[in-house]
Amino acid sequence: MEKQGRYGDFGGYYVPEVLMPALEELEQAFERYRDDEQFCAELKRLLNDYAGRPTPLYLSEALSQRVGAQVYLKREDLLHGGAHKLNNTLGQGLLANYMGKKKLIAETGAGQHGLATATVGAFFGMEVKVFMGVTDIERQKPNVEKMQLLGAEVIPVTGASGTLKDAINEALRYWTAHVDDTFYLFGTAAGPHPYPSMVRQFQRIIGDETRRQCLEKTNRLPNLITACVGGGSNAIGLFAAFLDDKAVRIVGVEAAGYGVDTDKHACTLQRGSVGVLHGAQSYVLQDENGQVIESHSVSAGLDYPGVGPEHSFLKDCGRVEYVGATDDEVLDTFLYMTRSEGIFPAFESAHAVAWVISQAGKFNPDDIIIINLSGRGDKDVEAFMKYRPDSIKKKA
Amino acid sequence: MKSYHDVFSKNKRTALIPFFVLGDPDDATSLELIKTAIDAGADVLELGIPFSDPIADGPTIQKADIRALENGMNCERSFEMIRQIKAYRDIPIGLLMYYNLICHYGREKFYRDAAAAGVNSVLVADLCVDDADEVQEFIRANGMETVYMVTPNTSAERRLKIGKLCSGFIYTVSTLGVTGIRTDMGKLVEPLVKTLKAETKVPVCVGFGVSLPEHVRQLAAAGADGVFVGSAVVKIIEQNLGNPHQAREQMGKYIEQMRQATER
Repeated sequence: MEKQGRYGDFGGYYVPEVLMPALEELEQAFERYRDDEQFCAELKRLLNDYAGRPTPLYLSEALSQRVGAQVYLKREDLLHGGAHKLNNTLGQGLLANYMGKKKLIAETGAGQHGLATATVGAFFGMEVKVFMGVTDIERQKPNVEKMQLLGAEVIPVTGASGTLKDAINEALRYWTAHVDDTFYLFGTAAGPHPYPSMVRQFQRIIGDETRRQCLEKTNRLPNLITACVGGGSNAIGLFAAFLDDKAVRIVGVEAAGYGVDTDKHACTLQRGSVGVLHGAQSYVLQDENGQVIESHSVSAGLDYPGVGPEHSFLKDCGRVEYVGATDDEVLDTFLYMTRSEGIFPAFESAHAVAWVISQAGKFNPDDIIIINLSGRGDKDVEAFMKYRPDSIKKKA
Repeated sequence: MKSYHDVFSKNKRTALIPFFVLGDPDDATSLELIKTAIDAGADVLELGIPFSDPIADGPTIQKADIRALENGMNCERSFEMIRQIKAYRDIPIGLLMYYNLICHYGREKFYRDAAAAGVNSVLVADLCVDDADEVQEFIRANGMETVYMVTPNTSAERRLKIGKLCSGFIYTVSTLGVTGIRTDMGKLVEPLVKTLKAETKVPVCVGFGVSLPEHVRQLAAAGADGVFVGSAVVKIIEQNLGNPHQAREQMGKYIEQMRQATER
């Protein structure tokens, strides 16, 4: 029997019974509206006129020179709110609006998804509660204040590590008690069905645009596309449009923290094993007893011991390679991008850039490489200065 | 080995089913407290193997999970503890836990080892009836009972499907939300118990929020075959950390008091 919401063995909906009616209602609404003419036209208008799509595909000369290939950046950092997250929150927010829901909840790590949810909450006039780990609140303060200014309530979550995993746990718990009138606006391509496929659908505009823009600019498809992977929403959005183009090499970059062979990283796909977390079967970082372990990354948005089920599938079938970039490489890249391009990349997105830089010299000069610059790094300036206080040269 | 049927068919009153997280706060204290609850009148035990991410549990049981995990609790040690409980008294035991632990241990091996230790059923908080096929063959192969949850928002269609699949009892969730002590049982549970009693012959047991004798009397009057008492039991452990003697004393009194309320 074919099961719903599966990518091979991965995915599914492993949730308490109490959430089933809400997931069924959501699935029905999503199936009803995903191709609905009016819904799609309205979403397109919002994405273009409100959010600023299409985002540019930009040939970075500095990176091209450094790497020895034609390196393009998909500028999701220029989207309203400063990250790709708004693609999904506008889609789900509009869906919630069609469903007549007035209350939104969301989890957030880096704060970008919380911010994007608070933004659509303000836009549609919905009440928003954002669950955020206390560690993340500390390291992403500017986003917390922005969410609050937008009218959202930010609920601090302690849990084991005070990061994204705990925020999702608490959002799920809250949802079970308020499931009759609350829409859970999930931020990444993980969680129970239908979230992975719904988030993919709303994010695949990144890939569709990129593919079109690349063909327009270069008359051919890229040789390599890459994006950072935490839960994996920006990555699946980019990858989705290229999965059938067998000649296109696809690379997902995980947060290697102190190093993929240390015990401080978030390389769920490279070092995890198959398990069930947050409603889906997927790779999970877990100990010898099946307890989920705390991940580590300099970037709050990738600091997650789980990953979207489709990435697990894409890893196992070999279509996508999953690699890592360390905290140090990311910090170097953050400064490099700032100085060479005048772009603050989000720590998350800087992982993908850092990996491409690490591969310098391994490409043909006319190879086309596309990096999804999923978000901007204004939110990370404070943290960067803590890690690298000597980056600003003081005059003698 | 005593079955659920032995309890529910012979009981003239509602069965009292306390819940413990195994190994909370340490193995010795945990075992002593469970024995105390048995002596004070528990009819069935519902036992949890601690998990790092218990999404169906409120703060009280979350903290118990953390204590038990810090104590190094895992599946193997849980089975060992269950063997010790069964050696003390032949009482039916249900596990209430999360799916990742079972998948990680290996589904087939988990059900075999659980049954061998004396477990009657395994209720998986995050495994719905739709995915029952992933475990059903192992339940059957080991002669175990099937238990799933019904909640107040479960559709009639799903309720019937769940009722058909359950053999041990239906775990009836009293309210929308996670586990935890509540002052009253709310308006949802009585009609749900009555509906289930009319729809099925499987025993209907109610959990989530049951903490006072008056809750027990109310649910007994509504026709519940059993009541789970979780967070209130775990709270006694939490409030007496470092004082196992006092914990035992309070546990004994509390279980006795709740047991008295089960008399119809």
